[in-house]
Amino acid sequence: MSIPKETLLHAYRTMKTIREFEERVNAEIMNGQIPGFTHLYTGQEANAVGVCAHLDESDTIISTHRGHGHCIAKGAEVSGMMKELFGSSEGLCKGKGGSMHVADIDKGILGANGIVAGGPPISVGSALAAKIRKNGKVAVSFSGDGSVNQGTCFEAMNMAVVLQAPAVFVIENNYYSEHTHISYAVGCDDLKARTEAFGFPVFVADGADFFAVYEAAGKAITHAREGKGPAGVFAEQGRYHGHFVGDPQAYRAEGELEDLRENHCPLKIFRAKMAESGELSDAELDAIDAEVMAEIEQSVTDAKAAARPTAEQVTEDVYIQYTATA
Amino acid sequence: MPEKTMRDAINEALHQAMEQDDSVFVIGEDVGGCSGSAGDVGAVGGVFGVTEGIYHRWPDRCIDTPISESAIVGAAAGAALVGMRPVAEIMFADFIGVCMDQIVNQMAKFRYMFGGKSRCPAVIRFSSGGGFSAAGQHSQAMYQVMTSFPGLKVVVPSNAYDAKGLMLSAIQDDDPVLFFEPKILYQETADVPDEMYTIPFGEANFVREGDDVTVVAFGQMVPKTAAVIDALAEEGISCDLIDPRTTSPLDENAILESVEATGRLVVVDEAPPRCGLTADIAGLAADKAFSSLKAPIKQVSAPHSPTPFSPELEAAYLPDADKITAAIKTTLA
Repeated sequence: MSIPKETLLHAYRTMKTIREFEERVNAEIMNGQIPGFTHLYTGQEANAVGVCAHLDESDTIISTHRGHGHCIAKGAEVSGMMKELFGSSEGLCKGKGGSMHVADIDKGILGANGIVAGGPPISVGSALAAKIRKNGKVAVSFSGDGSVNQGTCFEAMNMAVVLQAPAVFVIENNYYSEHTHISYAVGCDDLKARTEAFGFPVFVADGADFFAVYEAAGKAITHAREGKGPAGVFAEQGRYHGHFVGDPQAYRAEGELEDLRENHCPLKIFRAKMAESGELSDAELDAIDAEVMAEIEQSVTDAKAAARPTAEQVTEDVYIQYTATA
Repeated sequence: MPEKTMRDAINEALHQAMEQDDSVFVIGEDVGGCSGSAGDVGAVGGVFGVTEGIYHRWPDRCIDTPISESAIVGAAAGAALVGMRPVAEIMFADFIGVCMDQIVNQMAKFRYMFGGKSRCPAVIRFSSGGGFSAAGQHSQAMYQVMTSFPGLKVVVPSNAYDAKGLMLSAIQDDDPVLFFEPKILYQETADVPDEMYTIPFGEANFVREGDDVTVVAFGQMVPKTAAVIDALAEEGISCDLIDPRTTSPLDENAILESVEATGRLVVVDEAPPRCGLTADIAGLAADKAFSSLKAPIKQVSAPHSPTPFSPELEAAYLPDADKITAAIKTTLA
């Protein structure tokens, strides 16, 4: 499979941006700069980037509580996201949503989502709109291995088949629904078969490998775009951090995190493949690293200097006014 | 008397109920924790640690589930219908949105629809309310919504002592009980006896006693309002502070008797105002104690908006000391 050089450069830059964004967010939470509940995507960068490489701005994605990576991969502005996480009124959602609700509708980002499996039904709606408009667009929902046990996920998958909607269900298996292992929480041994039983094809990929995800997602998205109905992508890859920042991670096996960081790092795997094929040089990738580091640093500087919201803004964007108790 | 956090007080109640009665079990997401993993199974005890240690003593009665809120509530309701006493955990009260049918159309109605021939002694626990910058889907109180459904008993403790006694009452109760734990209060301490004790439902607590104004507050607003009332006492204003503790059943008499004595009423809750508890209590007083009122009733609540993320916005959103003080003084103006 030949991938254009521009696509490769963009993919690496985006994965690196997600990595550095997440690691910096982790550090700023530890510094007490970012409030609320935050869930980091570090380690799973290849999933978001491998999928979104096939999407343009008017295709949609919907995300999860672990949503920063999906939003960046779909084109959300890093500075606006960082400001949002810091709670600034200049943030992408004016400080109203925070980490779990980053959204940018103009870029086809229908939002991170605080409810497990809250996204798939909404994504079916976006897919249905594409079908009615016959515009060839697809709607991708990212959700985790925890989401597949929610009724809303089952309902969305079945209805997408019934409606033959161009919905793509990307299931990211990071092995743990919060603190519970998939071997316990999913009752059957073959989740791919269980999902395909709904009536659509599922393409499986190593979620640490951009190229594997790119290929699997390409098949699924092409299937949906060509009007053949929904499709699925299963990408398996552990997260490097806890369920939330501060999670003691008592569920980890000895050496598990070290193994993930050492042997299942999307950035390392990407670089090794580029070194082997010679398509991108170390110097090109190093230059991207430096640019990304500078961009993240600037985003934090900007976020710290950005305007803070005022009390009057609480009831802005509220479209039903009620003043009796004000 | 030993001092304990609200988290530890509820945890102790659960341990004691499990010890006393084999039909009690806990069920929910990560109530043990780490199931199926190569790590330390049972190490979590719920994300707020309220069920900590239960798995290690009773692994068969501490049941981790998939993320499936409808099935968790339904399983609790079904087990209760055949005589068990489940205590299910829904991690955040906001997730009622996922499992509403099992709560309001199923468990709440069994006894009535089945002609009084069934009992459903299930307890569903929720972490509840704002104060964590947890934004629109992890900050809602929700108890005010659930109070509107006949067939559900609704508990909102405001301190560790009440939490333990109310939890033991909830588990012994033969009907479905929704138990809302204001998560901002988990680490707040009170004197809590080691032994088992119960606090009856429908019996309000007079947190402060005074002559000038009746103030009714719920959950996390109770300690906040008590601090306001203590400050006002130095200005010579004395207030009754009533914590109903259960919103259903509601101790109507305690509220009405106080309003009849003071002639003034302020109601404080963290939830948005429409169809909520402040309006509910105001309606009760307007209906039953109107002739005693010397001033319009004041409601203090969040505005009619979702909960914002940013700390400054959330601070402006939740009722604070200034708003509560202003409301009390308005009734005296």
